[in-house]
Amino acid sequence: MSKFPNQLALVAVAATSVIALSVGLSERAAHTAEVAAAAAQAEADTMAAQATAPDAETTETEEVADAAPAETEAVDEGTEDTVAEATAPAEAEAPADAAATETVTAKASAEAGDTFEGGTSSPALFVGAAWAQSHESPMIGELDGISFDLGREALDEEVAAWDIDIRPDGAGLPAGSGDVWTGEEVYIDNCAQCHGDFGEGRARWPVLSGGWDTLEREDPVKTPGSYWPYLSTVWDYVHRAMPYGQAQSLTDDEVYAVTAYILYLNNLVEDDFELSQDTFTEVSLPNEDGFFMDDRAEGEIPAFSEEPCMEDCKDSVEITMRASVLDVTPEDEEAEATEAAAETTSETETQEAAAETSETESTEEVAAVDPALVEEGEGVFRKCQACHQVGDGARNGVGPHLNGVLGRAIGGIEGFRYSGVFEEANAAGEVWTPKRLGEYLADPRGAMPGTNMSFAGLRSEDEIAAITAYLSTFEAQ
Amino acid sequence: MDMKFKGKKPSRRSFLTGAAAAGAGSVAATVAKGQTAPDPAITELQDWQVYLGDGVDAAPYGMPSKHERHVVRRTVDWLTADNISSINFTPLHELDGIITPNGVCFERHHSGAAEIDPAEHRLMINGLVDRELVFTMDDLMRFPRENHVYFLECAANTGMEWAGAQLNGCQFTHGMIHNVMYTGIPLKLLLAEAGIKTNAKWVLPEGADAAAMTRSIPMEKALDDCLVAFKMNGEALRAEQGYPVRLVVPGWEGNMWVKWLRRIEVGDKPWHHREETSKYTDLLENGEARRFTWEMDAKSVITNPSPQAPLTHGPGYTVLTGVAWSGRGTIPRVDVTLDGGKSWHQARMSGPSMNKSMHRFYFEFDWDGKPLLLQSRAHDSTGYVQPTKHQLRDWRGENSIYHNNGIQTWYVNENGEAENVEIS
Repeated sequence: MSKFPNQLALVAVAATSVIALSVGLSERAAHTAEVAAAAAQAEADTMAAQATAPDAETTETEEVADAAPAETEAVDEGTEDTVAEATAPAEAEAPADAAATETVTAKASAEAGDTFEGGTSSPALFVGAAWAQSHESPMIGELDGISFDLGREALDEEVAAWDIDIRPDGAGLPAGSGDVWTGEEVYIDNCAQCHGDFGEGRARWPVLSGGWDTLEREDPVKTPGSYWPYLSTVWDYVHRAMPYGQAQSLTDDEVYAVTAYILYLNNLVEDDFELSQDTFTEVSLPNEDGFFMDDRAEGEIPAFSEEPCMEDCKDSVEITMRASVLDVTPEDEEAEATEAAAETTSETETQEAAAETSETESTEEVAAVDPALVEEGEGVFRKCQACHQVGDGARNGVGPHLNGVLGRAIGGIEGFRYSGVFEEANAAGEVWTPKRLGEYLADPRGAMPGTNMSFAGLRSEDEIAAITAYLSTFEAQ
Repeated sequence: MDMKFKGKKPSRRSFLTGAAAAGAGSVAATVAKGQTAPDPAITELQDWQVYLGDGVDAAPYGMPSKHERHVVRRTVDWLTADNISSINFTPLHELDGIITPNGVCFERHHSGAAEIDPAEHRLMINGLVDRELVFTMDDLMRFPRENHVYFLECAANTGMEWAGAQLNGCQFTHGMIHNVMYTGIPLKLLLAEAGIKTNAKWVLPEGADAAAMTRSIPMEKALDDCLVAFKMNGEALRAEQGYPVRLVVPGWEGNMWVKWLRRIEVGDKPWHHREETSKYTDLLENGEARRFTWEMDAKSVITNPSPQAPLTHGPGYTVLTGVAWSGRGTIPRVDVTLDGGKSWHQARMSGPSMNKSMHRFYFEFDWDGKPLLLQSRAHDSTGYVQPTKHQLRDWRGENSIYHNNGIQTWYVNENGEAENVEIS
């Protein structure tokens, strides 16, 4: 297995090897003649349209027609070896392509008619349509001047709002900074719930620290310290997708701080370290050189491209491992239960009809809750559902399930690992009333100091009323 | 979030009990050859022969027969920390042909399936372009469209099997794949609309969901066959497949097919984001990792018989079938063995053969009732032959997680029950 010597080379190879690996190049060769034909067609259309077209736009379209033949040579050089192999897929697609081409041609003609009569359409449209006819993989130069005149220019504020990505060279990093100690506070409040106080990872959530010297062993532990090549990946990911269920809620300074803390957890910086836009690229991660560009084409693919044995290939065959010994396949119990439930539906319906009296009572109970409020509460619950489940089959996750939470003993789900403050409340016989729940949701850490729930709280009374109404619709199961 | 690829939780029932139960259920429906008493299915009036069925509009959007309720996506709880950043699997053993019905296409989300109002959805193209653009869905509908059938396979499909046979069922071992017809706009047309600068070498598609998924894609691929798709199998994308619009990256690993596509940035270098560094890189035995292993190698699996679909009819004429696909072209040939690879037979390919699409194969044989060791071996149009798991491990070790395309073995015992095994 060869390994490329350095990063820049890898990128260069990435850019060039893709074509050789995919069928695109060979198909392109097969279609080269069509490109030229389509370009000629485009030119003809353009010339026909010139009578009504402004000069500037005409020039633009001519450039496109010129670009195609130039590209033809470049493509031809690289494809001699692969043309034969790619003939089959190219042929297989041909009928579909031909049909599509006909349709587009018809459309283009219709548009041409409109143009000559009305004189309002842009000639650029012809280029686009002719271009679609060619159904080709262009090189960059060929795309010049192709336009359907659709969409609008993005405003700077809009690009700034969405363009949040960061690269290893620091491109995209906003101004800001954060130190390890600040990072620890941010981390404990927002991350430790799943990733553990020291990045050890609770349950099956990702481990963020350690794992050194495990990459060659069974069950490697891949952390920013042991595996990730670039620090920018940590910053970018925390910023775009974390905390889980509250994405993009951290400030830039908080992201710097928590990134610094993750470095600290991995013994990569001291506790007085501060990460900032200026110091960012000075940090490199230990496994930066542990990656190399896909090299299947140089080893595996030739090795796996030999005509295989068809007869008398082995003398004997033994079973060496069986999945039933490991026995980790999920059973079909849920599906069976669903089926059984569905089968008894008719019986249940009869019983329900007979028990109209009792049903009326429960209907009244439900009617007391404002449906609009419940619906609003369902929306608010999105803030909670990363950790809490409700409804049929709800299970404990990061937080306990919330079916029947109103009226339930605080800390009352058996088997769930509560914080100390919840255990104390449970021991004191305290119960979740709407009032108590409202206070907790308004200020989790104020109402229950030491709670594990890393949630800042709901700011508005309306939201609290809505979510309380929503939760009241889920009875204990 | 993190997938765990070593089994931990033993199930309560043994596999064989489950398979036997499945077999028993079908026995009633199997009519013995030497039947002497008349078959009540024929001699007695059935309800549906007498009473009226549902009128039109009973189901404005139709669902499969209630007798097909078991044909569903299923997950494996112990794989992930929760069911939001998680995966479920296509029931391959219940399907035939090459098209996957939309409702059973496997799901993989990193922050749940976003529910997006198409009227509020925008697609932005920014970066190294002449004009940074914003499109509404209405704008996108006015570009020329194309229709193509492509498979989408998660790079982690069969990832649980690197260290050995683990899950009993092709749904679980091979179900992170689906194959649908996409209707979409060639990405190159959208890039052309913005005008790519000469130093543009990479694009970064980004999702609108709470994971804001990003992947670096080389410009050559973006200009080759990528689509910005809004329909699957003729209808709008399902929410869990990226409604209202997703990227289609034919033949390349599913993680790159960014769902809920909201932005495409054009740049001169790859971004090395989380899903192309800490994830979706292939760790080899020596501790070094391959990056940018985008193409999916040729692969196949026998879907019937398989652990979830045992042979219930006893000895006699038997239909073996399965699927095959390659990220590099078509599948002109699949070989099948019944004896663990001592001898091989060419299977019969059936249905359309399309570039980077799933292919269907059949091998019909007269089963003598003796145990079988079934394998299938795909050949793709480049001459690549699907390797054995041993061959693959020789190159990559057992820690790769991703891109496991090794030959699958099912052991079928004399009762017709099938099990996931590995053989010498």
